[in-house]
Amino acid sequence: MKVAITKNAKILALFAIACTAVVGLVHESTKSRIQRQEQAQLISTLQQIVPTHLHDNDMSTHCVKVTDPLLGTTEQQTVYLGTMADKPSSLAITSVAPDGYNGNIHIISAFDTAGNLTGMRVLKHKETPGLGDKVEVRKSDWALSFAGKSAQDIASPSWLVKKDGGFIDQFTGATITPRAVVKAVKNAANYVNEHQITLYKQTNSCEQTQ
Amino acid sequence: MKIDNEYKELAWQGLWKNNPGLVQLLGLCPLLAVTSTITNALGLGLATLLVLVGSNATVSYIRNWVPKEIRIPIFVLIIAAFVTVVQLLMNAFTYGLYQSLGIFLPLIVTNCAIIGRAEAYASKNPLKQSCFDGLMMGLGFTAVLVVLGGMREILGQGTLFDGADLLLGSWASSLRIEVFHLDSQFLLAILPPGAFIGMGLLIALKNVIDEKQKEKQPEVSPESIERVRVKFD
Repeated sequence: MKVAITKNAKILALFAIACTAVVGLVHESTKSRIQRQEQAQLISTLQQIVPTHLHDNDMSTHCVKVTDPLLGTTEQQTVYLGTMADKPSSLAITSVAPDGYNGNIHIISAFDTAGNLTGMRVLKHKETPGLGDKVEVRKSDWALSFAGKSAQDIASPSWLVKKDGGFIDQFTGATITPRAVVKAVKNAANYVNEHQITLYKQTNSCEQTQ
Repeated sequence: MKIDNEYKELAWQGLWKNNPGLVQLLGLCPLLAVTSTITNALGLGLATLLVLVGSNATVSYIRNWVPKEIRIPIFVLIIAAFVTVVQLLMNAFTYGLYQSLGIFLPLIVTNCAIIGRAEAYASKNPLKQSCFDGLMMGLGFTAVLVVLGGMREILGQGTLFDGADLLLGSWASSLRIEVFHLDSQFLLAILPPGAFIGMGLLIALKNVIDEKQKEKQPEVSPESIERVRVKFD
């Protein structure tokens, strides 16, 4: 019996090594491409929400990690810092709307130095297909309407969806989803207004890929 | 001639008679979850197909060296390795689709159709036949996914091949067909219950076709069986 166990264990181990080797090889050879894909997506999102005249650096490689209750989660969130001639000019911050219809909605919002919103995108969500998923730009233009909202708009007490007496359009079929996003944007704006100056003093935690 | 028949039988089994989606009802979780559009369905179908062919080939190749007692852990190991490889490749080359398939890509590991074929067929048959079996089973599964995905996409969004560029590259965005315009989406088709209903309809359709087929064929008169009575005195 002991012989059978050792023999089978050896065979199993051999297969484990072979399988791990294959996975390892493929991982090694696709790693840089996967990283490039992720980076490319990040850059394209940033380009959509931060106008090019507001920064002249590569924001995707200049970021700091932060945690704050205002960002809706205990996990680390990322702030991408934009500079113009080495002076702070704009930033994009990821945050979470914890009160979506179906769990967390991950968003990224971009502000200029005065606190005006230059754009917002939903990065990840699990909202109902066909109803709540209109927060995606692929599905509807709703998220685009956030671009250009001023700091006063965001600070005003009627920064709410229309159903709650505010001035933000919601979309047909869903109230909870847009309400959650609208609130998360306001929280992110509050966080940015409070911490804007200190953010630029932290050390860069996005490695330069090149 | 004999070999030809064997392949024909394998194809018939995989694509129709023993279709993993419609008859064996294996792998329902990804089947129902990702078929909201034809692109997702095709993506997951192709991923499953790749894993199925790969795992069948490997299992068949090593079948004589694997002791019977530990074959299941080894099969699982092989399948998991293939799924991880496919997942990494999709992450690298079809990033958008990788994101929209989400958790269902790694879940291929637990698709019973794959270990089912490894255990029931590939572990007992030569390499070529096993590859072919994997291919046919995979195609059968993909076909069900695509048909269901197409049905749900037309009913739910009024489009076909929405987001095909995620799978096939940017040229494919011209494949998108707007069948009819919907002001509001037909939610039932997109949500999980729609998948169940659609699946039920597909199975029913297959059964109807089978019945019709049976009726058309002349009744083969059952050979009379002679009963022998043995009397013990």
